[in-house]
Amino acid sequence: MAEIVATPSQGQTFGKVSARSSAARHEARTAWLLAAPAILLTFFFIVLPVFAVITLGFTDFELGYSGFQFVGAENYLELFGDRTFRQSLWNTFVYAAIVAPVSIFLALGLAMLIEAEGIGRSFFRTAYFLPVASLLVAMATVWQYLFHPSIGPINAMLALVGIQGPNWLGASSTVLYSLAIIGIWQTVGFNLVLFLAGLTAIPRDLYAAAEVDGARSAWDRFRLVTWPMLGPTTLFVTTISVINAVKVFETVKTLTEGGPNKASEVLLFTIYQEGFVYLRVGYASAMTVVFLAILIVLMIVQYRIQDQQVHYT
Amino acid sequence: MTSNGFTPARVARLAVLSFGALVFLAPYIFMISTAGKAQSDIFTSSLSLIPQQWFFFENFAKAWSRVSMTTLLFNGVLVCLLILVFQVVVAIPCAYAMAKLKFRAARAMMVLVMLGLLVPIHATALPLYVAFDRVGALNSYVALVAPFTISVFGIFLFLQFFRSMPDDLIHAARLDGMSEIGIIARVIVPNAWPAITAFAIFSVVAHWNDLYWPLIVVSNQAYATPPLGLLYFRAAEAGDDYGALMAATLIITFPLVAAFLLAQKRFVEGITMTGLKG
Repeated sequence: MAEIVATPSQGQTFGKVSARSSAARHEARTAWLLAAPAILLTFFFIVLPVFAVITLGFTDFELGYSGFQFVGAENYLELFGDRTFRQSLWNTFVYAAIVAPVSIFLALGLAMLIEAEGIGRSFFRTAYFLPVASLLVAMATVWQYLFHPSIGPINAMLALVGIQGPNWLGASSTVLYSLAIIGIWQTVGFNLVLFLAGLTAIPRDLYAAAEVDGARSAWDRFRLVTWPMLGPTTLFVTTISVINAVKVFETVKTLTEGGPNKASEVLLFTIYQEGFVYLRVGYASAMTVVFLAILIVLMIVQYRIQDQQVHYT
Repeated sequence: MTSNGFTPARVARLAVLSFGALVFLAPYIFMISTAGKAQSDIFTSSLSLIPQQWFFFENFAKAWSRVSMTTLLFNGVLVCLLILVFQVVVAIPCAYAMAKLKFRAARAMMVLVMLGLLVPIHATALPLYVAFDRVGALNSYVALVAPFTISVFGIFLFLQFFRSMPDDLIHAARLDGMSEIGIIARVIVPNAWPAITAFAIFSVVAHWNDLYWPLIVVSNQAYATPPLGLLYFRAAEAGDDYGALMAATLIITFPLVAAFLLAQKRFVEGITMTGLKG
C-alpha cells in the first residue's frame, strides 16, 4: 500500500491513476531488466537443453556424423531390450534401496545420541560431517586401498579374527555393496546435520508433557514426540538421499567403470558411456529422459506426502 | 536431558558415538599413514599406522611431479570462484525482482524455478556438449563455467530470504532517491550475507567436487579440475603405488577440509539453511 502514499498526489483522480500506472509500468520494466540475465541463461542452459534432449531421444543422432533422422520411439524400444540398461536400472535401484534407508536411519540415530549427549557435541558433528566436505573422487581412492583384497586394512583386520575377507570391489557379488558402504559413509553426515537442526527445533516441554501423559519409556517419547515432530525434516532428508543415490556416478567412474561384468553399471554411468564415450547421442538422450522421469516421479511423490502430512507447528 | 554423572546409559552412548566417529575418520587416518609409507611397508604391514621408514617427502614429491598439482588447485579455485560470482550476480537481481517488485511474469518464473530445481547437469549435459563441440569451446574455462552461471537453486534460496525482508526498508531507500540497482547493492546485499554465505558454501562444495561435467568437456590436462586431475593421476599411476596416490589424495582433499574445519559453524548453518529451505 505504500506505493499509493509514495505517489505524488495530483488532486485529480485522472492524474493520480495515470501517474500510478506509469509508476507501475516503470516498476515492471525495472523488474524485467533485473530478471533478464537470469531468464536468458535459464532459457539457454536449462529449458532449451531439456527440450533438445527430449527431441534427440527420438533421433539416431551420433556425434561425428553430420545428419540425423527421426526414428520415432525406436530408441525407447531398444532400451527395453537392452540388457546393460536394464541391469543398470536394477543396480541403481539396489544401490539407492541400500544407501538411502541406511544413511537416513543411521543419521537419525546418531543425531539423537549427539543431541542427548552433553560433551563432545561439536567434535562428533565434525567427525561425521567431514566426508561431506571431502573430495569424493579422492576419498574413493582411499576406500579402494581400504578395500584392497590383499594389502587393504579391512581384510587385514578380518584376517585377525580368522575371516577370509571378500574381494570387495573386484567381485561382481560384492561390488555394489562395497560402493554402497562408501555412499553411506559419504551421506550420513549431511543427513545428520539436518536431523540435528530438526531435533533442536522440537520444544522441550513437549517431552515433559508426553511424560506426564504416561509416555514413560524412551521409545514412547520417540514414537509420540520425536518422530511426528521430525516429519518434515525426515521427508526432506529422504527425498534428497534418494535423489543423490540415484545420481551415483563418481565412485563408479573412479573405482569400477561399471565392472566387473557390469555388476556396478549404474544409470548415470551408462548414460555417460553411451553418450560421451560411444557418442550415441540419440540413444543416450532417450536414457536421459528415463533418468529425468525418475527424478520427476520422486518429486511428485514428495509433494504428495508433504500435502498429506500433518503439520504440528 | 544432559546428566552430570557417568551413568551406564551415558557410557554406552559415548562408546557408540566414539566408535562411530572412529569408523568415519578411519579413511583419513589410513590416508595420512599410507601417504608416509614406503612401497614395501605398504605391502607388508597394512595395520600398523606409523610408517617404519619415514617416506612422506618421497611420496609427496612423486605426487607433485606426476600431475601438476598447482595447476589443478588453481583451476579448481578459479572455476569455483567464477561460477560463484556469476551465480550470485545473476540470481540476486532476479530474486529481488521476483520478491519485491510487481511484474506479470513473476508467477511464471516461479514455476520455471521450481521445475529448474529438478534438472541436474546430468540431464542437460548431452545437448550442451554437442553445442560446445560445435562452437569449438571444449577444453576451456568457458565450457567449465558457462552452464553453471545460472543457479535456479540460488534464485530460490535468495527469493525465500528476500521475502522475509521488511518492505519499509526498500521504500525508505526509494524515497531517498536510490535506484533499484542502488537498493540491491546497498540495502539488500548487506542484509543478505547469511543467505549469500550459505549459498557460497553450497555452490563451492558442489562444484569443487563435481566430476561429471569436467570429465565431459575437458580432455586437456591444462584445464583439469581437482577431481579430474586425480583421475588422470590414477590412470598414469598404474599399479599399486598407494603411497604416492595417498599423498596426491591428501593434497587435493586438504583445501576444502581445511576450509571446513576453520569455518565449521558457517558450514553447518549453510547446509541447514540451504538444505531445509531447498
